[in-house]
Amino acid sequence: MTDNMSIDASAFASRDDVLGTAEAWLQEGRKVALATVVKTWGSSPRPVGSRLVVDADGAMVGSVSGGCIEGAVIKEAFEVMDGAAAHLLDFGVSDEQAWDVGLACGGQVQVWVERLEG
Amino acid sequence: MKADTFGALQTARRSKTPVALVIGIDGDGSEALVYADRVDSSLPEAVIAEARTRLRDDKTGVMEIGGTHWFIDCHNAPLRVIVVGAVHITQTLAPMAAIAGYEVIVVDPRASFATPERFPNVHLLDEWPDDAMVELAPDARTAVITLTHDPKLDDPALEVALNSEAFYIACLGSRRTHARRLDRLRALGFDEATLNRIHGPAGLPIGAVSPAEIAIAIMAELTSVLHEAGPLAVAA
Repeated sequence: MTDNMSIDASAFASRDDVLGTAEAWLQEGRKVALATVVKTWGSSPRPVGSRLVVDADGAMVGSVSGGCIEGAVIKEAFEVMDGAAAHLLDFGVSDEQAWDVGLACGGQVQVWVERLEG
Repeated sequence: MKADTFGALQTARRSKTPVALVIGIDGDGSEALVYADRVDSSLPEAVIAEARTRLRDDKTGVMEIGGTHWFIDCHNAPLRVIVVGAVHITQTLAPMAAIAGYEVIVVDPRASFATPERFPNVHLLDEWPDDAMVELAPDARTAVITLTHDPKLDDPALEVALNSEAFYIACLGSRRTHARRLDRLRALGFDEATLNRIHGPAGLPIGAVSPAEIAIAIMAELTSVLHEAGPLAVAA
């Protein structure tokens, strides 16, 4: 490490602003859906209030889990972008036998998925 | 979420006005914004009261009120870290704290230290710490870290911090330096309970040597205090 390092703090500060990203995407005329962790039980990787923003091409920023349920959440996000009503999703413990979508860590989460109107 | 709701939410977040986004999650999502002094659409009184309590405590979560489930999403201004001393450690501590989501303010009246070249895009205040600290008014969502080793700069900042509800107060310096610091603050009339709020020497004992490692130790300690984690079980 050099003694003259100067690290640009803004390069990091904006990275976690999921709602800011959603706003920017809306302003570009993109369709946007928002997924929010509203409740967790047991061990779960992302706390209540964590968000994932998705556009119609599947671009995404943020997260609602450690990657375990994002695939399923994005599918629901496409549906609300296509006109489905906002709704609540429940994810439980994954069952390896059944290939269920779920959380390998043994936790449970509820995720609210909605379209962000522009 | 309706465009109006989202626009107002973003406006509040930008102006650092505390607001709770309330969503009825049993149906297709009736929504409202609850501020300290107003509500943007009709909600049961009990829900408004709960939203305000949670907003004050910064506790986002689901509440069941009158058989209906409400998601109460609290948006408060970001937690702040005030660093006194634009020193080498600060050059890594400031970006680390920014990554962790804190608003970072670096105070140092010495012009050759607090330069934008050393601290790109960091909020720098080139004022004397006592003036700067009064202006910044630390509260329960603020951490204050002094890193100058210079009593002229550190002590006035500590006086303001100790008289505030700052959730984390830490000072760099050896045990001897810290003992002398506590003596000076005692002479100013601070009692032992108040002085015990100071984490000194700053940071968890992880054997930190380089400036970046010391910054990691400080961020780790700050995080542990923020989440009220118990004492670490460090293997002997």
